[in-house]
Amino acid sequence: MYAQMVETGLKQVQTRADMSAEEQAFQARIDAGVKIEAKDWMPEAYRKTLIRQISQHAHSEIVGQLPEGNWVTRAPTLKRKSILLAKIQDEAGHGLYLYSAAETLGVSRDELLAALHSGKAKYSSIFNYPTLTWADIGAIGWLVDGSAIINQIPLCRCSYGPYARAMIRVCKEESFHARQGYDIMMKLAQGTPEQKAMAQDALNRWWWPSLMMFGPSDAESVNSAQSTAWRIKLFSNDELRQRMVDQTVPQAEFLGLTVPDPDLKWNEERGHYDFGEIDWEEFYNVLKGNGPCNKERLRTRVKAYEDGAWFREALVAHADKQAAKKAAA
Amino acid sequence: MSKEWPLWEVFIRSQHGLAHKHVGSLHAPDAEMAINNARDVYTRRNEGVSIWVVKAADIVASSPADKDALFEPSNSKVYRHPTFFPMPEDVKNL
Repeated sequence: MYAQMVETGLKQVQTRADMSAEEQAFQARIDAGVKIEAKDWMPEAYRKTLIRQISQHAHSEIVGQLPEGNWVTRAPTLKRKSILLAKIQDEAGHGLYLYSAAETLGVSRDELLAALHSGKAKYSSIFNYPTLTWADIGAIGWLVDGSAIINQIPLCRCSYGPYARAMIRVCKEESFHARQGYDIMMKLAQGTPEQKAMAQDALNRWWWPSLMMFGPSDAESVNSAQSTAWRIKLFSNDELRQRMVDQTVPQAEFLGLTVPDPDLKWNEERGHYDFGEIDWEEFYNVLKGNGPCNKERLRTRVKAYEDGAWFREALVAHADKQAAKKAAA
Repeated sequence: MSKEWPLWEVFIRSQHGLAHKHVGSLHAPDAEMAINNARDVYTRRNEGVSIWVVKAADIVASSPADKDALFEPSNSKVYRHPTFFPMPEDVKNL
Protein backbone atom coordinates (compact mmCIF):
# COMPACT_ATOMS: atom_id res chain seq x y z
CA MET A 1 0.00 0.00 0.00
CA TYR A 2 2.87 2.29 0.73
CA ALA A 3 4.22 -0.22 -1.75
CA GLN A 4 1.36 -0.52 -4.20
CA MET A 5 1.19 -3.26 -6.83
CA VAL A 6 4.57 -4.90 -6.20
CA GLU A 7 5.77 -7.19 -9.00
CA THR A 8 6.76 -10.73 -7.96
CA GLY A 9 8.10 -11.47 -11.45
CA LEU A 10 5.97 -14.62 -11.62
CA LYS A 11 3.20 -15.35 -14.14
CA GLN A 12 1.31 -17.69 -11.83
CA VAL A 13 1.37 -18.79 -8.23
CA GLN A 14 3.85 -21.61 -7.70
CA THR A 15 2.36 -24.99 -6.85
CA ARG A 16 4.30 -27.70 -5.00
CA ALA A 17 4.89 -29.45 -8.34
CA ASP A 18 6.68 -26.36 -9.70
CA MET A 19 9.00 -26.12 -6.69
CA SER A 20 12.48 -27.53 -6.28
CA ALA A 21 13.29 -29.46 -3.08
CA GLU A 22 14.79 -26.30 -1.56
CA GLU A 23 11.72 -24.24 -2.47
CA GLN A 24 9.43 -26.87 -0.94
CA ALA A 25 11.40 -26.80 2.31
CA PHE A 26 11.26 -23.00 2.27
CA GLN A 27 7.47 -23.01 1.68
CA ALA A 28 7.05 -25.49 4.55
CA ARG A 29 8.80 -23.04 6.89
CA ILE A 30 6.56 -20.22 5.67
CA ASP A 31 3.44 -22.34 6.19
CA ALA A 32 4.62 -23.27 9.71
CA GLY A 33 4.93 -19.56 10.57
CA VAL A 34 8.72 -19.70 10.93
CA LYS A 35 10.36 -16.30 10.33
CA ILE A 36 12.84 -16.06 7.48
CA GLU A 37 16.05 -14.18 8.35
CA ALA A 38 18.63 -12.46 6.17
CA LYS A 39 21.10 -15.33 5.73
CA ASP A 40 18.46 -18.06 5.28
CA TRP A 41 18.05 -19.67 1.86
CA MET A 42 15.17 -18.09 -0.05
CA PRO A 43 13.85 -18.25 -3.62
CA GLU A 44 15.22 -15.47 -5.80
CA ALA A 45 11.68 -14.28 -6.56
CA TYR A 46 10.92 -13.95 -2.81
CA ARG A 47 14.10 -11.94 -2.32
CA LYS A 48 13.37 -9.66 -5.32
CA THR A 49 9.73 -9.13 -4.30
CA LEU A 50 10.77 -8.10 -0.80
CA ILE A 51 13.51 -5.78 -2.06
CA ARG A 52 10.93 -4.04 -4.27
CA GLN A 53 8.26 -3.87 -1.59
CA ILE A 54 10.45 -2.80 1.32
CA SER A 55 12.41 -0.23 -0.70
CA GLN A 56 9.23 1.30 -2.16
CA HIS A 57 7.85 1.45 1.36
CA ALA A 58 11.05 3.24 2.44
CA HIS A 59 10.91 5.67 -0.50
CA SER A 60 7.30 6.46 0.46
CA GLU A 61 8.35 7.48 3.97
CA ILE A 62 11.10 9.79 2.71
CA VAL A 63 9.02 11.40 -0.04
CA GLY A 64 6.13 11.54 2.45
CA GLN A 65 8.06 14.12 4.46
CA LEU A 66 7.69 16.65 1.63
CA PRO A 67 3.94 17.44 1.69
CA GLU A 68 4.19 18.08 5.43
CA GLY A 69 7.51 19.92 5.22
CA ASN A 70 5.56 22.44 3.17
CA TRP A 71 3.71 23.67 6.29
CA VAL A 72 6.44 23.68 8.95
CA THR A 73 7.09 27.42 8.59
CA ARG A 74 3.34 28.16 8.62
CA ALA A 75 2.08 26.01 11.51
CA PRO A 76 -0.44 28.10 13.50
CA THR A 77 1.33 27.71 16.88
CA LEU A 78 4.81 26.81 18.16
CA LYS A 79 3.38 23.65 19.70
CA ARG A 80 1.87 22.54 16.37
CA LYS A 81 5.20 23.29 14.67
CA SER A 82 7.12 21.16 17.19
CA ILE A 83 4.63 18.34 16.77
CA LEU A 84 4.82 18.50 12.97
CA LEU A 85 8.64 18.50 13.08
CA ALA A 86 8.54 15.45 15.37
CA LYS A 87 6.26 13.64 12.92
CA ILE A 88 8.54 14.50 9.97
CA GLN A 89 11.56 13.24 11.94
CA ASP A 90 9.66 10.01 12.58
CA GLU A 91 9.10 9.59 8.83
CA ALA A 92 12.84 9.91 8.24
CA GLY A 93 13.38 7.29 10.92
CA HIS A 94 10.78 4.99 9.36
CA GLY A 95 12.45 5.34 5.97
CA LEU A 96 15.77 4.43 7.56
CA TYR A 97 14.39 1.34 9.37
CA LEU A 98 13.00 0.18 6.04
CA TYR A 99 16.14 0.89 3.99
CA SER A 100 18.08 -1.10 6.61
CA ALA A 101 15.63 -4.00 6.29
CA ALA A 102 15.85 -3.90 2.48
CA GLU A 103 19.66 -3.86 2.60
CA THR A 104 19.72 -7.13 4.58
CA LEU A 105 18.54 -8.74 1.31
CA GLY A 106 21.75 -7.88 -0.51
CA VAL A 107 21.11 -4.52 -2.14
CA SER A 108 22.97 -1.28 -1.41
CA ARG A 109 21.51 2.07 -0.32
CA ASP A 110 23.07 3.74 -3.37
CA GLU A 111 21.31 1.26 -5.70
CA LEU A 112 17.97 1.89 -4.01
CA LEU A 113 18.31 5.67 -4.17
CA ALA A 114 19.42 5.51 -7.81
CA ALA A 115 16.25 3.55 -8.61
CA LEU A 116 14.10 6.18 -6.87
CA HIS A 117 15.84 9.14 -8.50
CA SER A 118 15.66 7.67 -11.99
CA GLY A 119 11.91 7.11 -11.60
CA LYS A 120 12.35 3.34 -11.83
CA ALA A 121 11.23 2.67 -8.26
CA LYS A 122 7.83 3.87 -7.13
CA TYR A 123 6.53 5.40 -3.92
CA SER A 124 2.94 5.60 -2.70
CA SER A 125 0.61 7.54 -5.02
CA ILE A 126 -0.76 9.55 -2.09
CA PHE A 127 2.36 11.69 -1.79
CA ASN A 128 1.86 13.17 -5.24
CA TYR A 129 -0.95 15.41 -3.97
CA PRO A 130 -0.36 18.97 -2.74
CA THR A 131 -0.96 20.32 0.79
CA LEU A 132 -3.01 23.44 0.07
CA THR A 133 -4.05 24.48 3.60
CA TRP A 134 -3.12 23.81 7.24
CA ALA A 135 -6.19 21.52 7.42
CA ASP A 136 -4.43 19.23 4.90
CA ILE A 137 -1.88 18.44 7.63
CA GLY A 138 -4.76 17.29 9.82
CA ALA A 139 -6.36 15.29 7.01
CA ILE A 140 -3.05 13.59 6.16
CA GLY A 141 -2.41 12.48 9.75
CA TRP A 142 -5.98 11.29 10.15
CA LEU A 143 -6.61 9.61 6.77
CA VAL A 144 -3.20 8.82 5.28
CA ASP A 145 -1.40 7.69 8.44
CA GLY A 146 -4.68 6.09 9.53
CA SER A 147 -4.68 4.02 6.31
CA ALA A 148 -0.98 3.25 6.74
CA ILE A 149 -1.65 1.82 10.20
CA ILE A 150 -4.31 -0.51 8.81
CA ASN A 151 -1.81 -1.76 6.22
CA GLN A 152 1.16 -1.96 8.55
CA ILE A 153 -0.30 -3.85 11.50
CA PRO A 154 -0.63 -7.11 9.52
CA LEU A 155 2.89 -6.55 8.13
CA CYS A 156 4.20 -6.89 11.70
CA ARG A 157 3.42 -10.60 11.23
CA CYS A 158 4.89 -11.03 7.74
CA SER A 159 7.30 -13.87 7.06
CA TYR A 160 10.51 -11.84 6.66
CA GLY A 161 12.02 -11.12 10.11
CA PRO A 162 13.76 -7.78 9.48
CA TYR A 163 10.68 -6.33 7.73
CA ALA A 164 8.29 -7.57 10.45
CA ARG A 165 10.49 -6.12 13.22
CA ALA A 166 10.81 -2.78 11.39
CA MET A 167 7.02 -2.69 11.13
CA ILE A 168 6.62 -3.24 14.88
CA ARG A 169 8.81 -0.20 15.55
CA VAL A 170 6.92 1.83 12.94
CA CYS A 171 3.46 0.89 14.28
CA LYS A 172 4.40 2.00 17.80
CA GLU A 173 5.21 5.46 16.44
CA GLU A 174 2.48 5.69 13.82
CA SER A 175 -0.45 6.05 16.23
CA PHE A 176 0.90 9.43 17.38
CA HIS A 177 0.79 10.46 13.70
CA ALA A 178 -2.87 9.56 13.31
CA ARG A 179 -3.86 11.17 16.61
CA GLN A 180 -2.10 14.46 15.97
CA GLY A 181 -3.90 14.65 12.62
CA TYR A 182 -7.29 13.98 14.18
CA ASP A 183 -6.47 16.48 16.94
CA ILE A 184 -5.96 19.16 14.28
CA MET A 185 -9.24 18.18 12.57
CA MET A 186 -11.12 18.38 15.90
CA LYS A 187 -9.77 21.85 16.64
CA LEU A 188 -10.79 23.11 13.19
CA ALA A 189 -14.16 21.33 13.05
CA GLN A 190 -15.08 22.74 16.46
CA GLY A 191 -13.78 26.23 15.61
CA THR A 192 -15.11 29.11 13.53
CA PRO A 193 -17.28 28.48 10.43
CA GLU A 194 -14.21 29.31 8.28
CA GLN A 195 -12.07 26.73 10.14
CA LYS A 196 -14.76 24.08 9.81
CA ALA A 197 -15.09 24.83 6.09
CA MET A 198 -11.31 24.46 5.70
CA ALA A 199 -11.45 21.08 7.47
CA GLN A 200 -14.33 19.93 5.20
CA ASP A 201 -12.42 21.05 2.12
CA ALA A 202 -9.34 19.05 3.16
CA LEU A 203 -11.49 15.95 3.77
CA ASN A 204 -13.07 16.44 0.33
CA ARG A 205 -9.66 16.43 -1.36
CA TRP A 206 -7.92 13.65 0.65
CA TRP A 207 -10.72 11.08 1.03
CA TRP A 208 -10.60 9.38 -2.39
CA PRO A 209 -6.79 9.42 -2.77
CA SER A 210 -6.60 7.77 0.68
CA LEU A 211 -8.93 4.98 -0.44
CA MET A 212 -6.73 4.55 -3.52
CA MET A 213 -3.70 4.00 -1.27
CA PHE A 214 -4.80 0.39 -0.76
CA GLY A 215 -4.44 -0.32 -4.47
CA PRO A 216 -6.98 -1.71 -6.92
CA SER A 217 -9.02 -4.83 -6.18
CA ASP A 218 -6.56 -7.73 -6.31
CA ALA A 219 -8.93 -10.69 -6.50
CA GLU A 220 -7.39 -11.51 -9.91
CA SER A 221 -3.84 -10.48 -9.15
CA VAL A 222 -1.16 -13.16 -9.49
CA ASN A 223 1.32 -10.94 -7.66
CA SER A 224 -1.02 -10.58 -4.67
CA ALA A 225 -1.75 -14.31 -4.61
CA GLN A 226 1.95 -15.19 -4.64
CA SER A 227 2.72 -12.60 -1.94
CA THR A 228 -0.05 -14.15 0.13
CA ALA A 229 1.37 -17.66 -0.35
CA TRP A 230 4.72 -16.31 0.88
CA ARG A 231 2.97 -14.63 3.84
CA ILE A 232 4.26 -11.21 2.85
CA LYS A 233 0.70 -10.03 2.26
CA LEU A 234 -1.89 -11.15 4.80
CA PHE A 235 -5.08 -9.38 3.68
CA SER A 236 -6.43 -8.34 0.29
CA ASN A 237 -6.50 -4.71 -0.83
CA ASP A 238 -10.29 -4.68 -0.68
CA GLU A 239 -10.40 -6.10 2.87
CA LEU A 240 -8.01 -3.43 4.12
CA ARG A 241 -9.83 -0.65 2.28
CA GLN A 242 -13.17 -1.80 3.78
CA ARG A 243 -11.57 -1.76 7.23
CA MET A 244 -10.41 1.82 6.68
CA VAL A 245 -13.88 3.02 5.60
CA ASP A 246 -15.65 1.24 8.49
CA GLN A 247 -13.25 2.77 11.05
CA THR A 248 -13.13 6.28 9.60
CA VAL A 249 -16.77 7.12 8.85
CA PRO A 250 -17.77 7.28 12.57
CA GLN A 251 -14.71 9.48 13.16
CA ALA A 252 -15.90 11.89 10.45
CA GLU A 253 -19.41 11.86 11.95
CA PHE A 254 -17.97 12.82 15.34
CA LEU A 255 -16.31 15.83 13.68
CA GLY A 256 -19.60 16.84 12.08
CA LEU A 257 -17.96 16.60 8.65
CA THR A 258 -19.39 14.95 5.54
CA VAL A 259 -17.51 12.20 3.71
CA PRO A 260 -17.55 13.27 0.02
CA ASP A 261 -19.31 10.10 -1.19
CA PRO A 262 -23.07 10.26 -1.98
CA ASP A 263 -23.11 6.44 -2.22
CA LEU A 264 -21.73 5.92 1.28
CA LYS A 265 -24.29 3.92 3.26
CA TRP A 266 -24.26 1.50 6.20
CA ASN A 267 -25.24 -1.99 4.97
CA GLU A 268 -26.87 -3.82 7.90
CA GLU A 269 -26.78 -7.17 6.07
CA ARG A 270 -23.04 -7.05 5.36
CA GLY A 271 -22.16 -5.32 8.63
CA HIS A 272 -20.02 -2.87 6.64
CA TYR A 273 -20.33 0.47 4.85
CA ASP A 274 -21.12 0.37 1.15
CA PHE A 275 -19.20 3.05 -0.70
CA GLY A 276 -19.00 4.55 -4.17
CA GLU A 277 -16.89 3.60 -7.19
CA ILE A 278 -13.27 4.72 -7.10
CA ASP A 279 -11.87 6.50 -10.16
CA TRP A 280 -8.99 4.14 -10.96
CA GLU A 281 -8.09 6.23 -14.03
CA GLU A 282 -6.82 8.89 -11.64
CA PHE A 283 -4.81 6.31 -9.67
CA TYR A 284 -3.06 4.86 -12.71
CA ASN A 285 -2.44 8.32 -14.10
CA VAL A 286 -0.79 9.43 -10.85
CA LEU A 287 1.33 6.26 -10.72
CA LYS A 288 2.41 6.91 -14.30
CA GLY A 289 3.81 10.29 -13.24
CA ASN A 290 0.98 12.65 -14.08
CA GLY A 291 -0.26 13.51 -10.58
CA PRO A 292 -0.21 17.14 -9.37
CA CYS A 293 3.17 16.86 -7.65
CA ASN A 294 5.09 13.90 -9.11
CA LYS A 295 7.69 15.97 -10.93
CA GLU A 296 8.18 18.35 -8.03
CA ARG A 297 8.58 15.51 -5.50
CA LEU A 298 11.23 13.73 -7.55
CA ARG A 299 13.03 16.97 -8.41
CA THR A 300 13.18 17.88 -4.70
CA ARG A 301 14.62 14.51 -3.74
CA VAL A 302 17.21 14.53 -6.53
CA LYS A 303 18.25 18.08 -5.63
CA ALA A 304 18.61 17.20 -1.94
CA TYR A 305 20.79 14.23 -2.86
CA GLU A 306 22.98 16.15 -5.32
CA ASP A 307 23.28 19.27 -3.16
CA GLY A 308 24.30 17.12 -0.21
CA ALA A 309 27.05 15.27 -2.08
CA TRP A 310 29.86 17.62 -0.98
CA PHE A 311 28.83 17.13 2.67
CA ARG A 312 28.75 13.33 2.43
CA GLU A 313 32.13 13.33 0.67
CA ALA A 314 33.60 15.69 3.28
CA LEU A 315 32.50 13.34 6.06
CA VAL A 316 34.28 10.45 4.34
CA ALA A 317 37.43 12.55 3.82
CA HIS A 318 37.37 13.54 7.49
CA ALA A 319 36.90 9.93 8.60
CA ASP A 320 39.76 8.76 6.35
CA LYS A 321 42.04 11.51 7.66
CA GLN A 322 41.31 10.61 11.28
CA ALA A 323 41.84 6.90 10.59
CA ALA A 324 45.20 7.62 8.90
CA LYS A 325 46.28 9.78 11.85
CA LYS A 326 45.38 7.00 14.26
CA ALA A 327 47.27 4.40 12.21
CA ALA A 328 50.37 6.60 12.05
CA ALA A 329 50.37 7.33 15.80
CA MET B 1 32.45 7.98 -7.78
CA SER B 2 31.65 8.44 -4.09
CA LYS B 3 32.51 5.91 -1.45
CA GLU B 4 29.58 4.24 0.29
CA TRP B 5 29.59 4.67 4.04
CA PRO B 6 30.19 1.49 6.04
CA LEU B 7 27.23 -0.33 7.59
CA TRP B 8 26.96 -0.40 11.39
CA GLU B 9 24.71 -2.60 13.51
CA VAL B 10 23.12 -0.77 16.45
CA PHE B 11 22.53 -2.16 19.95
CA ILE B 12 20.62 -0.20 22.61
CA ARG B 13 20.35 -0.70 26.36
CA SER B 14 16.87 0.64 27.08
CA GLN B 15 17.22 0.92 30.83
CA HIS B 16 19.81 0.15 33.51
CA GLY B 17 19.99 -3.52 34.34
CA LEU B 18 18.95 -4.69 30.89
CA ALA B 19 21.29 -5.99 28.21
CA HIS B 20 21.92 -4.18 24.91
CA LYS B 21 19.46 -5.32 22.26
CA HIS B 22 19.94 -5.28 18.48
CA VAL B 23 17.57 -2.70 17.00
CA GLY B 24 18.73 -2.31 13.41
CA SER B 25 21.47 -0.83 11.29
CA LEU B 26 22.58 2.42 9.68
CA HIS B 27 25.32 3.81 7.46
CA ALA B 28 27.81 6.34 8.82
CA PRO B 29 31.32 7.45 7.81
CA ASP B 30 32.82 6.90 11.29
CA ALA B 31 32.02 5.71 14.81
CA GLU B 32 31.16 9.14 16.21
CA MET B 33 28.58 9.83 13.51
CA ALA B 34 27.27 6.28 13.89
CA ILE B 35 26.52 6.91 17.57
CA ASN B 36 24.91 10.30 16.88
CA ASN B 37 22.82 8.92 14.03
CA ALA B 38 21.82 5.91 16.15
CA ARG B 39 20.64 8.33 18.82
CA ASP B 40 18.51 10.17 16.24
CA VAL B 41 17.11 7.11 14.51
CA TYR B 42 16.60 4.68 17.37
CA THR B 43 15.99 6.70 20.55
CA ARG B 44 13.51 9.45 19.73
CA ARG B 45 11.22 8.35 22.53
CA ASN B 46 13.68 8.01 25.37
CA GLU B 47 14.29 4.36 24.56
CA GLY B 48 17.98 4.32 25.44
CA VAL B 49 20.53 4.81 28.18
CA SER B 50 23.42 3.36 26.19
CA ILE B 51 24.28 2.77 22.53
CA TRP B 52 26.76 0.32 20.99
CA VAL B 53 27.60 0.50 17.30
CA VAL B 54 29.56 -2.28 15.65
CA LYS B 55 30.76 -2.35 12.04
CA ALA B 56 28.62 -5.00 10.34
CA ALA B 57 31.81 -6.37 8.76
CA ASP B 58 33.15 -7.19 12.26
CA ILE B 59 30.19 -9.33 13.24
CA VAL B 60 30.72 -13.06 12.95
CA ALA B 61 27.51 -15.11 12.79
CA SER B 62 26.80 -18.82 12.92
CA SER B 63 25.53 -20.17 9.63
CA PRO B 64 21.81 -21.02 9.42
CA ALA B 65 22.75 -24.16 7.49
CA ASP B 66 24.75 -25.39 10.52
CA LYS B 67 21.91 -24.76 12.96
CA ASP B 68 20.91 -28.38 13.58
CA ALA B 69 24.44 -29.71 14.06
CA LEU B 70 25.59 -26.71 16.12
CA PHE B 71 22.74 -26.91 18.65
CA GLU B 72 22.34 -30.70 18.71
CA PRO B 73 24.19 -31.24 22.03
CA SER B 74 21.43 -29.53 24.02
CA ASN B 75 18.56 -31.46 22.41
CA SER B 76 19.12 -34.66 24.40
CA LYS B 77 20.08 -33.27 27.82
CA VAL B 78 16.67 -32.74 29.40
CA TYR B 79 18.26 -33.34 32.83
CA ARG B 80 19.65 -29.79 32.63
CA HIS B 81 16.13 -28.61 33.50
CA PRO B 82 14.96 -28.62 37.16
CA THR B 83 11.62 -30.11 36.10
CA PHE B 84 13.39 -33.39 35.28
CA PHE B 85 13.71 -33.99 39.06
CA PRO B 86 10.32 -34.24 40.79
CA MET B 87 10.62 -33.52 44.49
CA PRO B 88 8.43 -35.02 47.25
CA GLU B 89 5.67 -32.64 48.31
CA ASP B 90 6.76 -32.65 51.92
CA VAL B 91 10.20 -31.35 51.03
CA LYS B 92 10.34 -27.55 50.97
CA ASN B 93 12.75 -25.08 49.41
CA LEU B 94 14.10 -27.35 46.64
